[in-house]
Amino acid sequence: MPFTSNRTPAVPTPASAATPAAPATASPALTIRNLTVSFGTNKVLKGVSLDIAARAVTAIIGPSGCGKSTFLRALNRLHELVPEARMEGDIRLFGEDIYGAAVEPVVVRRRVGMVFQKSNPFPTMSIADNVTVGLRLNGLRNRTLLAERTEQSLRMAALWDEVKDRLNAPAISLSGGQQQRLCIARALAVKPEVLLMDEPASALDPLATAKIEDLILELKRDFTIVIVTHNMQQAARISDLTAFFYLGELIEYNTTTKIFTNPAKKQTEDYVTGRFG
Amino acid sequence: MSAHFEHSLDDLKQKLLTLASKAAAAVNNAIKALLDRDDDLARKVKEDDAELDELEMEVDDMGIGLLSKAPLASDLRLITVAMKFAQNLERIGDEATTIARRSLELSQEPQLKPYVDIPRMAHLALDMLNDTLDAFVGRDPAKARAVVPRDKQVDAINKQLHRELASFMIEKPTTITRCLNLMVISKALERIADHASNLAEEVVYLYEGEDVRHKLKKAAPSPAGETPPPAA
Repeated sequence: MPFTSNRTPAVPTPASAATPAAPATASPALTIRNLTVSFGTNKVLKGVSLDIAARAVTAIIGPSGCGKSTFLRALNRLHELVPEARMEGDIRLFGEDIYGAAVEPVVVRRRVGMVFQKSNPFPTMSIADNVTVGLRLNGLRNRTLLAERTEQSLRMAALWDEVKDRLNAPAISLSGGQQQRLCIARALAVKPEVLLMDEPASALDPLATAKIEDLILELKRDFTIVIVTHNMQQAARISDLTAFFYLGELIEYNTTTKIFTNPAKKQTEDYVTGRFG
Repeated sequence: MSAHFEHSLDDLKQKLLTLASKAAAAVNNAIKALLDRDDDLARKVKEDDAELDELEMEVDDMGIGLLSKAPLASDLRLITVAMKFAQNLERIGDEATTIARRSLELSQEPQLKPYVDIPRMAHLALDMLNDTLDAFVGRDPAKARAVVPRDKQVDAINKQLHRELASFMIEKPTTITRCLNLMVISKALERIADHASNLAEEVVYLYEGEDVRHKLKKAAPSPAGETPPPAA
C-alpha cells in the first residue's frame, strides 16, 4: 500500500499539551493526537490534537489551504488512496485506533461516513439503489431489510416524503439539494457512528442549505458530526464546537458561541471578522 | 471584512459619540437651569431632547443594517453594545428633560434652600458618564469596571435626600410641592448614574467579552460609612 503510516501509537498525550484550550469533552467520539499529514514534502497538518465530542456538531473553519479537508479525510483513512500521503499521530474512534494493523479501512469508512462538497450519487442507479449500495456491497441481500433501511435512511435525511413515490427514478433526476440529501441518506444507511461533511451545502441555494442545516441539527441526536465549512454563519448556526485551523495548525478550539463572540486568539478574531491577512 | 463595512462601523461609533455628548450636555444644562433658575435653558433642554430620540433611532437603524451583514466576534459585540448604548443615552436625555421640567416648576416659587446634594449627585453621575465614554473611546475596560460600583454613592445620596425632604414636608406642608419636585430631580440623577453604570458594563463586555451585569455592583462594598451632609 502506498500509504505510509509512521505513527506514534503510544499512550495519547493530553489534548492540552498540544492544543490551545480545548473544551472539556466527557467521552469523545474521536480522539486525535499529534496528527501530522504530509503530501510529499508539503506538511499540510502539523501536530494537531483535539477531541471530537460525541453526538455534537463540530465545525472546522479556516482559510483555504489551512488543512481542514486534510484533517477530515484523515478521520476515515481517505489519505490512504493518495500515493504520496504520509500520516503521523494517533486517531481513536471511541478508544479504538482506526489505523491499527488489524483494522480494515473499509470498516473505518463504514463507521465514519463522509459527505462531500459536491453531491455524488451514482448517476445510473435509482434513488433506492443509491441508498442501499453500501449495504449491498457489504453483502446484504434481503429485499425486505433493504427496503426498510431505504425508507429509514431517506426519512433520517428528510428526503422520504419527496421521493417515496419515485424510488426507482434515476438519482440524477433529483435537484441539487435533494441529491445532497440522498448522499447523506446513503452515508446513513450503513449506520455510521460519525458523519464527516466537507462543505456539504456550499453548492446549494439558501432554501436547500436550510434543509441540510436542519437535517444536521436533527442528526446530531444520533450521530457525531464533523463539518468543514467556509461559511462562518453556517458554523455559528449549526455547530456546538468550532476548531479554527491556520497553516496546518489548530489555533483555537472552543464552544462555537465563544469562538464567534469572543475568541481568545487574535488570529481567530481576525479570521471570523474577515480581517485576515 | 470589506472597507465599506469598516467605514460603517466607524460611522456607528461616531454617531454614538455624538449622542453621548448631547446626552451629557443635556444633563449639564438641566442642572445649570435648576441652579441658575434659568427657564430659557430649561426649555432648551426639553426642546433638544427630540434630537437625542432621533439619534437613538439612527443608531438602531445602523445597527440593524450592520447585523444583517452577519458580523461576528468584536464586530458583533460592538454593534449590539452600540444599540444598548443608544438606548441608555436616550434615557439619560429623558431624565435631563425631567429635571428641566421640574426646574421650570421650581422657579415659580422661592428656592427652598441652597442646593448642595443635587449638584453633588449631578457631578458624580456626569463623572461616571464621562469616565465610561473615555473607557469606550480609549478601549479601557479596567476604567469601565471601576465606574460600575460608583453608582452606589449616588444611590446613597438619593436616599439621604429623600429622607431629608420627607422631614421637610412633615414640618412645613407648604414646601410639599417643591420637595416633591426635588425628589423627582434627585431620582432622575440616580437613574442617570444607573444608566452610566449600565454603559460601563457594556464597555467591559465590548472589550473583554465578559458579561458583568449584576456582578460588579453586587461585589462592590456599600458606601454605608459615607453620610452625605443633610442639604438638598
